[in-house]
Amino acid sequence: MTAVQDAPAAESEIGKDRRRKEDQRLITGRTRWTDNIALPGMLHLAMVRSPHAHAKVLSIETAAANAMTNVVDVLTGADLGEAQGVNANAWPITTDQVTPNHLPMAIDRVAFAGEIVAVVVARTAAEARDAAELVDVEYEELPAALDLKEAAADTVLAHPDLGTNKSAFWQLDSAGQGSGRAIDEVLEEARRDGIVIEREYRQQRLIPAFMEPRSTVVDPTGEQITMWSATQIPHITRFLLAATTGVPESKIRVIAPDVGGGFGGKLQTTPEEWITWFVARRIGKPCKYTETRSESLVSAHHGRDQWQKLTLAATKEGRVTGLKVDLLADLGAYVGIVGGGVPVLGAWMFNAIYKWDAYQFNCTTVLTNKTWVDAYRGAGRPEATYAIERMMDELAAEVGKDPLEVREMNWIKHEEFPFTTVAGMTYDSGNYEAATAKAKQMFGYDELRAEQEQRRANNDTVQLGIGISTFTEMCGLAPSRVLGQLNYGAGGWEHASIRMLPTGKVEVITGASAHGQGHETAFSQIVADRLGVPFEDVEILHGDTQVSHKGLDTYGSRSLVVGGEALVLAADKVIEKARPIAAHLLEASVDDLEFANGRFSVRGTDQGTSITEVALATFASHNYPEGMEPGIDAESTYDPVNFSFPHGTHLCAVEVDTETGGLKLRKYVCVDDIGNIINPLIVAGQVHGGLVQGIAQALWEEAVYDDAGTLVSGSFVDYLLPTAADTISFEIDHTTSPSTTNTLGTKGVGEAGTIASTPAVVNAVVDAVRHLGINDITMPCTPERVWRAINHSGGGGADPTEESAMPHFSPDGPNQDHGETGEGEDL
Amino acid sequence: MIPVQFDYVAPTTLGEALTALSQHGDDAKIIAGGQSLLPVLRMRLNAPEMVIDLGKIEELRGIRDDGDAIVIGAMTPHAVVGSDPLVAEHAALIPKAIEHLADAQIRHRGTFGGALAHADPAGDLGAPVLALGATFVIAGPAGVRTVPADEFFVDLFETAINDDEILTEVRIPKHTGWGAHYEKFVRVAHQWPIVAVAATLQTNGGTISEARVGLTNMGSTPIRARGVEEALAGQPATADAVRTASERATEGTNPPSDLNGDAEYRRHLAGVLTRRAVLNAAGA
Ligand SMILES: Cc1cc2nc3c(=O)[nH]c(=O)nc-3n(C[C@H](O)[C@H](O)[C@H](O)COP(=O)(O)OP(=O)(O)OC[C@H]3O[C@@H](n4cnc5c(N)ncnc54)[C@H](O)[C@@H]3O)c2cc1C
Repeated sequence: MTAVQDAPAAESEIGKDRRRKEDQRLITGRTRWTDNIALPGMLHLAMVRSPHAHAKVLSIETAAANAMTNVVDVLTGADLGEAQGVNANAWPITTDQVTPNHLPMAIDRVAFAGEIVAVVVARTAAEARDAAELVDVEYEELPAALDLKEAAADTVLAHPDLGTNKSAFWQLDSAGQGSGRAIDEVLEEARRDGIVIEREYRQQRLIPAFMEPRSTVVDPTGEQITMWSATQIPHITRFLLAATTGVPESKIRVIAPDVGGGFGGKLQTTPEEWITWFVARRIGKPCKYTETRSESLVSAHHGRDQWQKLTLAATKEGRVTGLKVDLLADLGAYVGIVGGGVPVLGAWMFNAIYKWDAYQFNCTTVLTNKTWVDAYRGAGRPEATYAIERMMDELAAEVGKDPLEVREMNWIKHEEFPFTTVAGMTYDSGNYEAATAKAKQMFGYDELRAEQEQRRANNDTVQLGIGISTFTEMCGLAPSRVLGQLNYGAGGWEHASIRMLPTGKVEVITGASAHGQGHETAFSQIVADRLGVPFEDVEILHGDTQVSHKGLDTYGSRSLVVGGEALVLAADKVIEKARPIAAHLLEASVDDLEFANGRFSVRGTDQGTSITEVALATFASHNYPEGMEPGIDAESTYDPVNFSFPHGTHLCAVEVDTETGGLKLRKYVCVDDIGNIINPLIVAGQVHGGLVQGIAQALWEEAVYDDAGTLVSGSFVDYLLPTAADTISFEIDHTTSPSTTNTLGTKGVGEAGTIASTPAVVNAVVDAVRHLGINDITMPCTPERVWRAINHSGGGGADPTEESAMPHFSPDGPNQDHGETGEGEDL
Repeated sequence: MIPVQFDYVAPTTLGEALTALSQHGDDAKIIAGGQSLLPVLRMRLNAPEMVIDLGKIEELRGIRDDGDAIVIGAMTPHAVVGSDPLVAEHAALIPKAIEHLADAQIRHRGTFGGALAHADPAGDLGAPVLALGATFVIAGPAGVRTVPADEFFVDLFETAINDDEILTEVRIPKHTGWGAHYEKFVRVAHQWPIVAVAATLQTNGGTISEARVGLTNMGSTPIRARGVEEALAGQPATADAVRTASERATEGTNPPSDLNGDAEYRRHLAGVLTRRAVLNAAGA
């Protein structure tokens, strides 16, 4: 036997730019999306949806549809009745929250345009769609509560039997909870000898617009009923199917196969899932429902939609002493799974990276007759970040200082961490000075400021604006005890298990449920490092409740910081289980073993065995210690002790064409501190995508309803999503303040770009025209709004948007003789 | 997004296509590139019983030089027209407009004739062909007739083509050596124009001898900005002169109001974009 050389220290997987192992199948589409699944004898569903925002359903005539070839059944809400279950709200934010009962299929009254009133079951999807057009529904229209402010005044009721549109009032008060002074006192002081700035901002309604429309297949042909669904939350869906339809949880298997994006939009249990479940069980055959894009836009939950009233108190020098927030949040027609909670998640974020004396957050959630609103990338935190970062720019303008200087006067210094904020959260780590210094240098801040001066002085047609956003966010939902205090219906832990296969491969099962994030790659890197096995030998399994029996799924930038930590714990358990077996095989004492790079070695000798050899030995089990189990597989549930608080400095330069109001992104730099990075390539992807999504709120996207409650931006012709052609090359970098709340030192990154970029862009747009007397432009900052702000001096450009779609494919186009097929409204 | 069921034929000659069209009358729809028709069918805004595909008719495809005109076959895809050297030489305005029309996929599927027959007032080809004074060649049961551009666009999505007729080609009078520019204003790259201006002109020693200007999405059809054309003739190609002439861009317009802007804003844009298009076309 030749002497064993010291193994070269294995190159660490963590930190490597690994290409995503899942991408080939995801990008080529050669994989199992829910809509690709075809089961023997499978039937297809088409939904009949209300064109009215609020109406009584007087009668539904189904005979004509039923008589069509290959139509198996047509069912209405009355047929489904109570047996259909409900779409539950899992987070009533107050004990007296007003929560309308949300049946998947309406029975006698519809509360938004797009709500389902009947379902057609046929042998093909085309036949189901054709027959759906023959279902004749007689409605009696009711007055609809559409405008958020009017709805909050209870002028028209969205649900008349509830007696009010106000669902809940939720408050965080620094004096009340002992984390700061009383806001009224601080405001009074500021009114006396400081500065008070009052503003009102609109968070427009957005549509998550994931790439893969939602789809559900239910197979009831066995003892166990299986649902495949394009969802972010297979585990929660399984739990709620059991809880609301009475089928034992043990007889339900939910599979989220490959899922094409979610952005929070698939963090929901949907009427369509529940109806497919009901119909499949009733008919006893597999059933599939796949929505069209038009259906997706009106019926999948929307995001944001708030009015934010802000009152900021500061000293004359620009030190902020307090902030009062009064929010109105539109829930739409029903309270979604975490619908009421989303605005509340912003409560701890309005104070951002700053140190204040007093803070009060008041939030009223309001029901209207529009599509329900729930989580959308960032969920509560983008709204808060937008408001405070806009206000910091307003304060800078008021005191005549550079907005970065005003921020620095107010932010938490790096040596002050851990820091408990005026909202009561304890921030783990951060270094705002370092991130800002790096961003300024990359951006060429001083040069751009000089150019801006020059353009102003020359009265150039094209003006330059510089926008800043020094954001932080809380991510890693969530410590279960904190959720308990908030009355949330579940915990915030995550589960992982590791199976050491005899062939040396490692199967890792996570309760997180990826839908495009790249978990398979990043999690493989973590496990490969921890167990010292090749990256290629690690397989990540997820999204199937039969394989991954325990989990809380993917949202809120939690997968790595919570799910990743569960993996680490499980891997450590595997090593600890393997250690005595390795000692036994090596005829050495456990105390003499060292584990490194996947190998147990006997200290001071050249003897050793790899962890995969131990796995094989336990498979054979010919020789293992007396009194032990022959196996080294392990599992772990991790409950975080705190959130983690990534932060970053984002700088954006925008050119504004003052003649047309047209905008051009000139430069975008961000330095994010997200703690330790597992895979820089994936992080860059998350940052880029997040930035575009946040910029899109600032400039392009808006769900607009007309006076009748019809969604006008009901197709991608009018709901403007950006493409690569509309963005610029982002310059991204990082500083690293490892999180102190998990062993990997990681923080979340999934939402960072979205949270930070919206205010950076709007601040830049406003900055470009501030010298013309403008201090706000309503989002999205359309060229028309910018032009109006310039030409009608100020006014915020807040004129209401014209509620009319472009006519390319509209039913009103004269050459579209639509008499033939009826309404053309249920697509 | 499943259309109502329809029958489908793909004739190989124009004659067969016309016969099929007259047999099925109102129940038939022609499909060219399908880039406008298919969305309409899939959204169930229209439900023809018969779809007649012109895709296999070779005689409707291609570009040729015909003396004082360039002739573009109705079924020639945007991408081919946009990169054709003859068109670039004699009708430079057209490739300038096609450059910004939709995206690359759509430019390879959508056709020159299909886009004009569809007559979307926000379509990018109407204003250029109107400005260039094109002639439309239309075949029907009674034979072939020609329609001047001024009479071709009737209303929103409505042209001089009758139900039993097919647009076969478009004749563009040569504007060899004319400067050209298409100024399109959008919020995102793949969008139809909120407003666009097509300008082509001839200069003689810094003076504009003749200018032709078309407006996109300023009314229910593409509009010829005759007031601007008149005001430009004989003027120097300077910022001031062009600015004054461009003020007449709103004459005779009736722009729509939608999520991208109301009529007032569009009128304002028309003036600014006309000035920019003309100055650009003049190389100023
Ligand atoms: C996402 C998207 C973005 C787009 N953006 C733009 C844009 O920015 N600018 C722009 O200009 N266009 C845009 N378009 C439209 C595009 O230019 C289409 O190609 C064009 O409008 C229709 O051409 P087509 O060949 O596809 O015609 P089709 O869709 O096949 O037909 C359109 C209509 O014309 C009729 N028709 C077609 N050919 C003939 C003929 N020879 N004789 C008589 N009738 C005929 C058809 O019956 C039908 O009614 C866009 C389309 C899409 C889908």
